[in-house]
Amino acid sequence: MTDDAVDYDSDVEAAIRESRPALITYITAGDPTLEDTKAYVEALDRGGSDLIELGLPFSEPIAEGPTIQAAINRALEAGTTPRGFFELVDELETDAPLLVMTYYNLILQYGSEPDVRPFVERAAEAGLSGIIVPDLPAEEADPLREACDDYGLDLVFIIAPTTEGERLETIMSQVSGFAYVQARLGTTGARANVSTATHDSLARLSGYDVPKAVGFGVSKGDHAAEIVEAGADGVIVGSALVDIIASSDDPADAVAELEATATELKRGARRGATDDTEDDTNAEDAPEPEQP
Amino acid sequence: MSTGERERDESGSGRTGTFGDYGGQYVPEALMPALQELEDAYERFVLENEDGFMDEFRERMHDFGGRPTPLQRADRLSERYDREIYLKREDLVHGGAHKLNNALGQVLLAKYMGKERIIAETGAGQHGTATAMAAAHLDMPCEIYMGRTDVNRQRPNVYRMRMNGAEVNPVDAGSATLKEAINETMRDWATTVERTHYVIGSVVGPHPFPKMVRDFQSVIGEEIREQVREMAGRLPDSVVACAGGGSNTMGTFHAFVPDCADPRFADDSSGRRPRDDSVNLYAVEAGGSSLEVDEEAGLAPNSATLSTGTDGVLHGAMTKLLQSGDGQIVESHSVSAGLDYAGVGPELSHLVETGRVTPVSVDDDDALNGFHRLSRLEGIIPALESSHALGYLERAAGTAADAASGDGPRDERHDELGELVVVNVSGRGDKDLETVLEETEKRDLEAAPDVEVFDR
Repeated sequence: MTDDAVDYDSDVEAAIRESRPALITYITAGDPTLEDTKAYVEALDRGGSDLIELGLPFSEPIAEGPTIQAAINRALEAGTTPRGFFELVDELETDAPLLVMTYYNLILQYGSEPDVRPFVERAAEAGLSGIIVPDLPAEEADPLREACDDYGLDLVFIIAPTTEGERLETIMSQVSGFAYVQARLGTTGARANVSTATHDSLARLSGYDVPKAVGFGVSKGDHAAEIVEAGADGVIVGSALVDIIASSDDPADAVAELEATATELKRGARRGATDDTEDDTNAEDAPEPEQP
Repeated sequence: MSTGERERDESGSGRTGTFGDYGGQYVPEALMPALQELEDAYERFVLENEDGFMDEFRERMHDFGGRPTPLQRADRLSERYDREIYLKREDLVHGGAHKLNNALGQVLLAKYMGKERIIAETGAGQHGTATAMAAAHLDMPCEIYMGRTDVNRQRPNVYRMRMNGAEVNPVDAGSATLKEAINETMRDWATTVERTHYVIGSVVGPHPFPKMVRDFQSVIGEEIREQVREMAGRLPDSVVACAGGGSNTMGTFHAFVPDCADPRFADDSSGRRPRDDSVNLYAVEAGGSSLEVDEEAGLAPNSATLSTGTDGVLHGAMTKLLQSGDGQIVESHSVSAGLDYAGVGPELSHLVETGRVTPVSVDDDDALNGFHRLSRLEGIIPALESSHALGYLERAAGTAADAASGDGPRDERHDELGELVVVNVSGRGDKDLETVLEETEKRDLEAAPDVEVFDR
């Protein structure tokens, strides 16, 4: 790796653009053990995931809802560490590029003193393609973005329902890989329906030529279809998959169900794409933003 | 506001709201616009007194809050330690703790901002009760998150919050104390941010909270300056305050930070600093049962973040933390629920890092002795938080009798404390009586009365 910021081919962006609509799946590494995680990731890969996010568990997951929070607690109780996490990634061979989703303090503390670079270097060495950090807004992201540029990793930013105006401009100009569109205010977690905030957010982003994937609350094939129909290039599913892991007594059952669920979600996303006749009419079709 | 401090914030990194290397805004994206909105409101209403906000705040703190609080010469402590000991009586603020200074300020600010709902976290419950009182006073709906452990050990405060009309939501995660309550309140805020204001209870969290909370609390130190000059004719040699998150600490210290021979801390605009003199600032942390960290168990049997913590990011700010080598936050411990927190305010971290504030700690036993000593000698029952500051006085000053008999004090800072010491009694101890009785029964404490007479 060089010290200069380099242009690199983004595996993440390519995966979404080529597979549009893309399925992005999330599970927490080490839930319930790292060995199980390996089998689960492979199942998600077979099920048609185009990108897979692996959660590296942090003790204070302020952006997560109860489902992923519990998964993180199980993983920490099982002794999951950043080093163990990277060893797992070293072993994984998937078609889908892998991203790590974790909190900033774990990234800072990976080396011998607080610094983001050792983590990014190790992530690149393990073959990860990108990083998502729920507690790192663009304003604080310069050091990590520079390190990611140097090592050819994407740093994915989250666009919230509250992200508008100048902030939206600034963040969109820095997006790499894809824009992670948060479907609703609040924390992660499966929901019964797709929020109207999703449609509003996608409408706000329709003018930007970057891949957009929607997460937070997506759990079913029908959601995936609706989100893709609303103009998303991909859907992100986490809590619904973590639920499968949490409720399976036998890891083999979980493997089968994860693969089947990924297949169903991917099918749903495809359905959304074929239902949609015109690609670029979303801005006009989208409902008016709700008045506060 | 001091201009010197604004200049020190310019780190050249483009980051806002930093104190040296500490501070910042490490929060989910959904909250960033709310922080911007709050920063604007803080600048307009608090710093520039737009629409007379600060006038209304001061008037309400006077009429509703009972300010100014007295600075009292503690005659028997002065005798015991053979020097002048003054107590700042924040226990006499309405509600029984300094917490109202901040809670009333923020709830009033939320009202000026047009927010419709108040949420807050609380540890010992003093911040929760202060917020509930302020919300009732200003007619705002209010919900408080509190760790289940703290709900159990601080029941009187839970009742008080409910009586003032607030909902109290127990949090069961982790050790079910302050850290978990903050996590849960942030989750609520991330869901309801458009109409809700989160009243953070200490000088922690993302910018602008550390500065704003400090500004609402800095009335403590400003009053001390005026009062001690009037009573003793000069500034104190030392100011002592307990530190958990650090709100009473920063509130007490802020006005004294420029009183330092080191030019980095001088505030030239005020012209008030006696340049060849320094006021020593001691932040007393909870040493718990030991300063060692059991990394394997993920447990620190203390809350001495400034003394033993390392740099990292928690709850929206870069600051000093109790954490494992991997960066997982460890569970803290203190006999005092209000100090039981693995983080600390970023400005305090900065002042410690640069040498302006000296972090010290006392253990649970010292704090309990401090509690009993003040109760018996001065007729003031202090909060367990404040008891740490009083416990440190004994450790650093030693007693006059010990000095006469050749048994020196136990702390090397004996002489640095000087002849005139102000201790902030940040709150009153009614809320802690259950804990104190229980913990005193387990121990052999020199300053404790015979607690067996309490038929429990």
